[in-house]
Amino acid sequence: MIANYGYKDGSGEYYISIDTDKCIACAAGRACMTACPKQMFETLIDDYDDEVMWIKQASRRSLAYECADCKPSGGYTSLPCMTACTPGALKHSW
Amino acid sequence: MTAGEKKEYWRWEESCWIDESKSWRDAKIVTAGIDVGSVSSQAVVCVDGELYGFNSMRTGNNSPDSATNALKGVLEKSGMKLEDITYVIGTGYGRVNVPFAHKAITEIACHARGANYMAGPSVRTILDMGGQDCKAIHCDEKGKVTNFLMNDKCAAGTGRGMEVIADLMQIPIAELGDRSFDVDVEPAAVSSTCVVFAKSEALGLLKSGYTKNKVIAAYCQAMAERVVSLIERIGVENDFFITGGIAKNPGVVRRIEKLLGTTAAKTKYDSQIAGALGAALFGFTLMQKQAAKAA
Repeated sequence: MIANYGYKDGSGEYYISIDTDKCIACAAGRACMTACPKQMFETLIDDYDDEVMWIKQASRRSLAYECADCKPSGGYTSLPCMTACTPGALKHSW
Repeated sequence: MTAGEKKEYWRWEESCWIDESKSWRDAKIVTAGIDVGSVSSQAVVCVDGELYGFNSMRTGNNSPDSATNALKGVLEKSGMKLEDITYVIGTGYGRVNVPFAHKAITEIACHARGANYMAGPSVRTILDMGGQDCKAIHCDEKGKVTNFLMNDKCAAGTGRGMEVIADLMQIPIAELGDRSFDVDVEPAAVSSTCVVFAKSEALGLLKSGYTKNKVIAAYCQAMAERVVSLIERIGVENDFFITGGIAKNPGVVRRIEKLLGTTAAKTKYDSQIAGALGAALFGFTLMQKQAAKAA
């Protein structure tokens, strides 16, 4: 399942997509959880009883701000969460 | 209505229905789904995996009470007691506050499952236009979610936004859709992406000489454009189906269909019960699995 967390507002679209099929039995040992400086990721048992990752509720409506420090102007050459996610389950829309 | 009493143009019709051709007393498994949304609450009772009855009403200021009142309607009409229901699943915004629920499941999974029942297994794309959020969902032939996207950051493009316009225009909400087609020329969409600003813009249009119908048409178009931009992010695969209260508004539905170049699948069921129905069906599947394990 592709789970898109985020929002669209007047300034743009801010979604983090998680391919939860790649999260089940994560080959990277849930590295995204520790890689994210804002600790936005957490595990969840989804509606189909699989343990997957999701974005914390409190962060979903402010992704543009939460992720700002990791974007190129923040000094990172690649996003820490996407780099840590070796199965390639994570994508940012912006 | 007495003098001085304000008419509630936004108030949509609550409904309670029982399938008299079915008997819950003969059923092996009776399950219920309770969808406590931000604007409306529904209770659906299924007997052996088939829809038996539902109650749809406005959500109050207390989620447990809303859940209880929603189910009470079906129980009273059918002569059923809460103890007669084998399994209850809560869903929606207030799903964790359903006091008698055995389990909570997200409304995303429940709407997909409900849509699969209501419009058939060929449904692949679902647009749930809820009271205060909007979801685009892809599912497989079993109604299992394969992709989803939601926008709950603002009320533009939601049922609550339409209620605000109904109140502003002083036209009953059920009439808005049809009246939006009663215009000489289709107006441009209201440009604001926020309900508060859209309200100001609608007032400005009225002052500039727009008729009420033209303003409603502009708002319906804005709502359609907004949700289409959301659904296009995950793509539209036929069959396409719309759930939630806005599915009853032809002014928005036909404009969405025009923008997407497709026709929404029809159903004989109330579009607002999709989430609660899906929850009740999840309960039925769980009970079946449990029975199979025990055998």
